[in-house]
Amino acid sequence: MTWHHSKSQSQDLNSMMLQESSSVGQRETLSSKNQKYFLEEPEAPSLFPISVLDKSVMVSFRVGLKSSIMVRKSDALNGGSKSSLPPVNQPSSQSDLSSLSKHFSFRTLKLKTKQQELLIRVTILGLVYILAFITRLFSVLRYESMIHEFDPYFNYRTTLYLTEKGFYEFWNWFDSESWYPLGRIIGGTLYPGLMVTAAVIYWALKFLRFAVHIREVCVLTAPFFASNTTIVAYFFGKELWDSGAGLVAAALIAICPGYISRSVAGSYDNEGVAIFALLLTFYLFVKAVNTGSLAWSLASAFGYFYMVSAWGGYVFIINLLPLYVLVLLITGRYSMRLYVAYNCMYIVGMLLAMQIRFVGFQHVQSGEHMAAMGVFFLIQVFYFLDWVKHMLNDSKLFQAFLRIGVTCALGVGVVALGVGTASGYISPWTGRFYSLLDPTYAKDHIPIIASVSEHQPTAWSSFMFDFHILLFLFPAGLYFCFQQLSDATIFIVMYGLTSMYFAGVMVRLILVATPAVCLISAIAVSATLKNLTQLVRVESKPAHTVLAKGMNSTKSLSKQQASLDESASFLKKGAMVLLLGAYYLLSRYAIHCTWVTSEAYSSPSIVLAARGAHGQRVIFDDYREAYFWLQQNTPSDAKVMSWWDYGYQITAMGNRTVIVDNNTWNNTHIATVGRAMSSYEDEAYEIMRSLDVDYVLVVFGGVTGYSSDDINKFLWMVRIGGGVFPVIKEPDYLVNGEYRVDKGAAPKMYKLSYYRFGELTTEYGKPPGYDRARGVEIGNKDVKLEYLEEAFTTSNWIVRIYKVKPPSNRWEIYMDLVDESDGDYGYDCGAIQLDQATGNYKL
Amino acid sequence: MGRFRFDLLILLLAIHWSTALSDLVISKLDRRIDLTSQIVRMSLSLKVENTGPDPVSEVSLTFPEYQAKNLALLMAISTEGKGKTKGFSSNLPIKVKQPDDSPPSLIWYAVSLLKGLGKGESLTLEVLAVFTHTLRPFPEKITQAEAQLFVFQDSAHFPVPYNVKIQSLTVKLPSENVESYTKLENTKLSGSEIKYGPYENLPALSYSPLAIHFPSNKPFAVSQELVREIEISHWGNVQVTEHYNLIHGGAQSTGEFSRLDYQARPNVRGASAFRNLIAMLPPRAHSIYYRDAIGNISTSNIYGDSSKTLLEIEPRYPMFGGWKTSFTIGYGLPLRDFLFQSGGSRFLNISFGSPMNDVLVENLTLKVVLPEGSKDIYVSIPFSAKQSRETKFSHLDIAGRPTVVIEKVNVVPEHNQYFQVYYKFSNLSLLTEPLMLIFGFFSLFVACIVYMHADFTISKTSASYLAKLQWDEVQATIQQLHDIINHCLAIHDKLEASLRELSRTGDVQACKAVRKSADSLLKDLSKDLKPLLAFLQSSPQAAHILPKVEELVVKERDLQEKIMLKHTTVVDSYEKKSGGRDIENRVASIQQKITALKQEVDDLLEFVEDI
Repeated sequence: MTWHHSKSQSQDLNSMMLQESSSVGQRETLSSKNQKYFLEEPEAPSLFPISVLDKSVMVSFRVGLKSSIMVRKSDALNGGSKSSLPPVNQPSSQSDLSSLSKHFSFRTLKLKTKQQELLIRVTILGLVYILAFITRLFSVLRYESMIHEFDPYFNYRTTLYLTEKGFYEFWNWFDSESWYPLGRIIGGTLYPGLMVTAAVIYWALKFLRFAVHIREVCVLTAPFFASNTTIVAYFFGKELWDSGAGLVAAALIAICPGYISRSVAGSYDNEGVAIFALLLTFYLFVKAVNTGSLAWSLASAFGYFYMVSAWGGYVFIINLLPLYVLVLLITGRYSMRLYVAYNCMYIVGMLLAMQIRFVGFQHVQSGEHMAAMGVFFLIQVFYFLDWVKHMLNDSKLFQAFLRIGVTCALGVGVVALGVGTASGYISPWTGRFYSLLDPTYAKDHIPIIASVSEHQPTAWSSFMFDFHILLFLFPAGLYFCFQQLSDATIFIVMYGLTSMYFAGVMVRLILVATPAVCLISAIAVSATLKNLTQLVRVESKPAHTVLAKGMNSTKSLSKQQASLDESASFLKKGAMVLLLGAYYLLSRYAIHCTWVTSEAYSSPSIVLAARGAHGQRVIFDDYREAYFWLQQNTPSDAKVMSWWDYGYQITAMGNRTVIVDNNTWNNTHIATVGRAMSSYEDEAYEIMRSLDVDYVLVVFGGVTGYSSDDINKFLWMVRIGGGVFPVIKEPDYLVNGEYRVDKGAAPKMYKLSYYRFGELTTEYGKPPGYDRARGVEIGNKDVKLEYLEEAFTTSNWIVRIYKVKPPSNRWEIYMDLVDESDGDYGYDCGAIQLDQATGNYKL
Repeated sequence: MGRFRFDLLILLLAIHWSTALSDLVISKLDRRIDLTSQIVRMSLSLKVENTGPDPVSEVSLTFPEYQAKNLALLMAISTEGKGKTKGFSSNLPIKVKQPDDSPPSLIWYAVSLLKGLGKGESLTLEVLAVFTHTLRPFPEKITQAEAQLFVFQDSAHFPVPYNVKIQSLTVKLPSENVESYTKLENTKLSGSEIKYGPYENLPALSYSPLAIHFPSNKPFAVSQELVREIEISHWGNVQVTEHYNLIHGGAQSTGEFSRLDYQARPNVRGASAFRNLIAMLPPRAHSIYYRDAIGNISTSNIYGDSSKTLLEIEPRYPMFGGWKTSFTIGYGLPLRDFLFQSGGSRFLNISFGSPMNDVLVENLTLKVVLPEGSKDIYVSIPFSAKQSRETKFSHLDIAGRPTVVIEKVNVVPEHNQYFQVYYKFSNLSLLTEPLMLIFGFFSLFVACIVYMHADFTISKTSASYLAKLQWDEVQATIQQLHDIINHCLAIHDKLEASLRELSRTGDVQACKAVRKSADSLLKDLSKDLKPLLAFLQSSPQAAHILPKVEELVVKERDLQEKIMLKHTTVVDSYEKKSGGRDIENRVASIQQKITALKQEVDDLLEFVEDI
């Protein structure tokens, strides 16, 4: 009890009080009444299932109302059973005062509990919404408001086009600036959701008279949608479990690094809006299944349409939903609700999806979409059987009918699928789909997919990096889900398990798993905290009744109660410790997420930053230097050849025509460039002449130690080139299975990277021509170029641009070539890093 | 130097312009030509004497056409007698006035004097002529390592249409190096200056061609296009945004660009390139930025003091001959430094041209964006320029902001003079935008409130809708019930408090009074409770919670009774003056029950509240 009153009384009065209490019995009851006052308080917070977090919010919320009450309440929370001491005297005038003030504040100012709860929930959601947005602004703070990486530049360029020329021009755009001389039909080969979204936001802002630049809109689209995702996560969590889990899910997903990695400000990529659309579709579908409402199902179809328009990952939805329905059918959870939800969603969603030109009729023609159709027919069969069962009213007859019916349905399905596939009407699964199911497939068959670092299998460290404690909470959440199995929890379990598998196959798919992991972990956190706080609260009450009784009863009774009290207080203490542990874990998670966001995921990768010798920030802005030089100082119809990674950036920032870009739709074209990059200069010259190339752009990190340069990507050029042109053989570029180049094969790429590099001293105490990215001194320091000339090199040598000379009308060149090509490129490149290569592989 | 063609000049020389325009005689003509930058500045000092009988009000100056077409600025100041120059304020009006019989290759400029020059009087004219594009790179293409050479052509005699008694010319070069120069009589090279003359008693329009070939590595920054936008905000800021399209106007760079050479010996291999430009911004400039179409350019520095702000900007790459770049700089300026009031109108007083040193602007578009609602706009510029109006839409504009557009070609740093834009603007208009915002948010909230209170159900008779309505009613009833129970509990607390008071003071009467009021209150409350319970019993929606609610009511009543009992007991004991111990014993059993009941009521209340 001293704890209770420590505010008004000092502790050293204790002994005196003890004596007093024994002499004046009446005080006892009074103070036990006092106690009652304090114990009333926790009731209000108990309304909020979120427990600890909420309580702190709740407490701070009440501070405004009446601070003294707040203190008492938290006392009651903490102190309850700590006091096995007899009650002490409380100056009654004060207690009256406090009771008065309490009555005043709570009877007059208190909102209805519902309103109070709503207010707190909305406040928390609002804070989470803002938090999700601002935590993604690290990149703007650290660098600037700019578009990041590779693909976003294409998206930005198309959005610019859309806002300038209007939707129809955009839809019919034939882009002659990429894939020279083939060109690209932009409208038919992209998912327009992102661009249209950004353009609509831009137009809306313009309509509201906010003069913003389209770049700012593009930069902030991803954070904005991340914020919206938190709201969807809240409703999803509420649908799955309760509103507490929803709030935790919103808070977790707001800062989860797995999601932030693709949605920081400037990361203007499809995934930014797609995750929102994905979660929205799932939520609406689960809602539709739970309610059996046509409206929700229709809403889910529109969510699906948005997803299809935004990202190729929609294939995940169109396969997961039928799988889920199938599981429900198998587990005997078939219901009319499910029937309505799935049929409406599938039919309307499919029809809507066909409006996207890039997707077209794939829903009825491609093998990847057949599962959905199969389940659609299956559910009709179920409905039919149900009807027959109802009509027959005879279980034996029905059993027979069932056997025949199911066999027939299966037979017809298999035959239809077989005929469709054999006749070529249904296209077989694509390589990308295979590579998802079989992680080794891409490595053997499609080097262009395997070459992209995002498509590598995920390491444990990156799981830990992206999920942190969620990785441990995920199984716990699964446990809770299985404990309370319902249609909704079955869905989240399936979503979690499948997406976890895919996240293991490809690094980039961690993104898809993140919402599921956050939701399931939120269930774990919320359920655990709820249990613990209930323990804390429930235990405290009996403790006090015991206390009250114990004072004036016999000794045997008090003994018994003392033991009860002990176990209760032990439980309570344990719960407190666990709560503290949970608080610690969650705070570690928040710290980790913030750190990861600020340090790892906020780099635009166009601008590189490093620490100088004195700790100052050094910025390497070489990419933009080179692209801007291209834009300003080359003829406007110049064609630039580079490895495909830089294609989008060159067209967007350099405004010049490129041969290949990150779309990678034409493997042969890329292989041709790969071949040019890995041939002798004269052979490459022929290829370049045939492609009308005016400039060649290479990325070279030898001066700065930038490891994702073209030399480290070189083996992939060889592999991709060799995949189409058998002239290029990988072993020619390897010595004893290692990536070091022998005398005979002197690829041109090295010449371009190392041209005049031999004369440069890069590091103090090292010989000239020391390659810092690979840590070796280069072999051939005397590189001469015959058909190309250096046009521009950036200040840190990261980008080097060469001009292709016009053809000479003399034949002497061939004579020089013979002496030239026997340089020894003997440097070691054991560990090839392929960090940077990003692709445009839509799932 | 014979390799230069002087067709034009030869033609000019062939014409003998014998008849003097008037009776003016130039007694002394000093000419200085400054070739240290790409902008050629010629300053003339003429001492004019009227030898004729009539007063003269105009002095004519002639320039060959090839010079006149590059003439960016011509200014003349007159100083009578030996007086000191008075500065720009006494600029004389100059206009082109081509006599009918003039050869086409000569352009005439007439300088009007402030007052006629009487017989025998004399005055000194100080003339400044600024030319652009008069230095021709020769050779036109150079490699990275070569030096940049230029040719300058002019006449050693300034072709005035009057007889000149004494005339001299000084040419200032950027360095002491000179490749070659035309050697006439009285030619002297000293340091970086070449002196021609003095020549005496030259006839009108005499001409003597000269050419100078010299190296120059000064930055030849030419801005082909400059759009300066000055936006006034009456909230205290003048925002200046300048979009540059810059080219190196010197000799074209050809061949390889080697970064290695440039890094190793930038002053030799890359001497013709320039790395940076310096903009002299007004003092207290803030929020300075420097970016281009693809983002921020991180290579810039600011040095500021109380009189100016120096902004040093470095383009993304070194500028070699013929290389282009484009960028934007922007800065904010405090409003009070540039906006003033005169009479009923306000005027902006700000400098005209680019703040960059030695940047030649070929096409300048200056836009002054005035606040929305400005009226009676009037522009005053110290030189001629094309003016037009347009409207700009920016944040929260409805009618748009009136914008004054001023266009001028060949702008040199000498044009960097102050100009004024007068307009009228009501201070009240300042409040429109905040009010619009307030109204916007207000209507948003109103919409939310309306949404929360309106019923959007389409079918008002559907079963689910009716059920929902009923459920809402049940909830409201339960809320009321809950409030009543809470109220009862509060009254119990009051009773307990009165007992405590009693134990402290022994005032039985006060305690009884409390009891009395509590009784009546409780009676009222239980009366209130009845219809609520009845409603709950009748409602089918409440069926599943009814037992708990009823239990709650019963328990509460129980509790109430027990407390009353306790109260009565204690008060009785006090009246009988029983001992403390005695009272305690008597109350103990009741107290125990009360505590238990209280616990149960609390639990039930919690449950009910959760509904």
